[in-house]
Amino acid sequence: MSILVDRATRLLVQGITGKEGSFHARACREYGTKVVAGVTPGKGGTEQDGVPVFHTVAEAVAATGVNCSLIFVPPAFAADAILEAADAGVPLVVCITEGIPALDMVRVKRALEGGKTRLVGPNCPGLISPGKAKVGIMPGHIHRPGRVGVVSRSGTLTYEAVHQLTALGLGQSTCVGIGGDPVTGTSFVDCLRLFEADAETDVVLLIGEIGGTAEEEAAAFVKTHMTKPVVGYVAGRTAPPGRRMGHAGAIIAGGAGTAAEKIAALRRAGIRVVQSPAEMGKGIAAALARRGVGARPGRRPRAGRRRLSAGGARRR
Amino acid sequence: MKIHEYQAKAILAGHGVPVPKGEVTDTPPAARAVAERLGGRVVVKAQIHAGGRGKGGGVKLARSPAEAERAASQILGMMLKTPQTGPEGQRVKRVLVEEAMAIHQELYLGVVLDRRVGLPVIMASPAGGMEIEEVAATSPEKILRAAVDPAGGLFPYVGRKLAYGLGVPAELVRPTADLILALARAYQEKDCSLAEINPLVVTGDGRVLALDAKMTFDDNALFRHPEIRELRDLDEEAPLEVEASRFGLNYIKLDGTVGCMVNGAGLAMATMDIIQQAGGAPANFLDVGGGASAEQIENAFRILMADPHVGAVLINIFGGILRCDRLAAGVIQAARTLKVQVPIVIRMEGTNVAQGKQMLRESGLNFLTADSMAEAARMVVAASRGRA
Repeated sequence: MSILVDRATRLLVQGITGKEGSFHARACREYGTKVVAGVTPGKGGTEQDGVPVFHTVAEAVAATGVNCSLIFVPPAFAADAILEAADAGVPLVVCITEGIPALDMVRVKRALEGGKTRLVGPNCPGLISPGKAKVGIMPGHIHRPGRVGVVSRSGTLTYEAVHQLTALGLGQSTCVGIGGDPVTGTSFVDCLRLFEADAETDVVLLIGEIGGTAEEEAAAFVKTHMTKPVVGYVAGRTAPPGRRMGHAGAIIAGGAGTAAEKIAALRRAGIRVVQSPAEMGKGIAAALARRGVGARPGRRPRAGRRRLSAGGARRR
Repeated sequence: MKIHEYQAKAILAGHGVPVPKGEVTDTPPAARAVAERLGGRVVVKAQIHAGGRGKGGGVKLARSPAEAERAASQILGMMLKTPQTGPEGQRVKRVLVEEAMAIHQELYLGVVLDRRVGLPVIMASPAGGMEIEEVAATSPEKILRAAVDPAGGLFPYVGRKLAYGLGVPAELVRPTADLILALARAYQEKDCSLAEINPLVVTGDGRVLALDAKMTFDDNALFRHPEIRELRDLDEEAPLEVEASRFGLNYIKLDGTVGCMVNGAGLAMATMDIIQQAGGAPANFLDVGGGASAEQIENAFRILMADPHVGAVLINIFGGILRCDRLAAGVIQAARTLKVQVPIVIRMEGTNVAQGKQMLRESGLNFLTADSMAEAARMVVAASRGRA
């Protein structure tokens, strides 16, 4: 199964004729994703690396049966691109664009409310179901198909986590980057709910960072709704208050949103939080090993456990 | 982006928020002249971005134009230290000279983005003059909240409700409600991340006005507000951070000795954290972004090395978009050009990693390479101690 994207994904790339859009459309296709259309207003009727380009999302949907859109449109126009995809009925919209004004996203979020479009991002690396579909800018080759769900507010820190997992022989069901902006479409809670319901996910790695309350909301959800183990890491213990740490959303404001508070909230919900970013993979391996003892029959934690000892997770 | 109080008041006044009469000046005689125009009794306020100015001696009451001149001469040029400035303080270049007034009530008004609901929210409190975080912690019931509709703004009835909730005199409910709507409008029209009036005061002569004002703006929206961009005061920002921003680098100076250069904000924070866990202290946050070129890496290096406290550097790059060979080329070029003396530990992963490592090995320069974040952190902390 996996969540959100898989072999049935038919991808549209908005901004496909731009530098980033064309590069990543090729990379997604090389990974095996079905890239069926591109949209660049004014370039309809042309092709980009063999992919038909349309003026509007509605045309692309009608002609190619798009069910997912990946957006590389510049920040000033990205909110509009999201709304266009939603209006054309695209059920999943993934916005990579960094630097969208917060109040634009406030309007987008309000407009999407109650509709049938799910937005992932913006300011995110996208998502990947290894071996099935890559809808984003992550390096595909570090991933491996498997049963660990990953959800994160960061990009490269997620690659680090995936790298650790893969090195331990622990593949991933789906990895979702929900983005580093203050207002985003899909939340930790949304992803946790999907992973909980996904028969191919055994355990979830949640990678948070300073700022906002998304980790606290995740903790509350895990406590009441999750049966699968969740392992957490929160970046930014050493971040000073009042400074925006790169991501627009990574700021400790008014003494709230510190890593310490978030870690405490996650732990209170029974989530194992690893102290070091170098321990994310090992944390998952340990959770699987614990789960392997007395696990329900028919599950597959043994593979993880065997690889764990072979991979030397506890050696250091 | 932050601006000064006098600039915030000018913007708010333009949206219909009443503010005290006053003028900004940069010399004591000019301050005296302003005081004369305002009728003698004035308040002289240092204009720096940091809050807590009163506690540091940056706000003085003057009963006459002569006193105003004296106060201005004391404040102008001083290194004003507040809880929000660095330990060395911030030099005061301008003062705002404003009419002094009898204050009957001090209230709080602020608009921020409530990330939980994804909407701007206006907060109003009768406990003005205090930090709103303190009020939130000690007496949260004193804070009234209302969401600002992204399309319709703040509705008039919400303004009235908040005005009544603040307990202003009956005849001031309407002007207060108007002021609340004006603040919300300014927040939306100018793409603020914060618009705060603290305190909002009710005066002895029956006026309601913004005695102090603070506005910060969403950096991502500055492209559509050239008039706001012009208000940026580079003297208020750390020089290295200004330099970094010119190259599209995200740099924040910290107090430690281990410099770090990382691609991606989350990984950069995690790298700072692991340096601390290894017993060191990060000298900075530096995100070189996804597609940094060799030239960009050299810029990053120059900014890093301009901090004299840096005793060793950790470069942690997970190449997704960024290619390791390009990174290695940039690092080698920078280390040569800048004649870097401190040890450099490099940990990189991702696209073309073998090629990148080979280039570093064959460069003839003294790089240490690590295979994991934990190893890199241990190595760089040891290296920084070796120098100290």
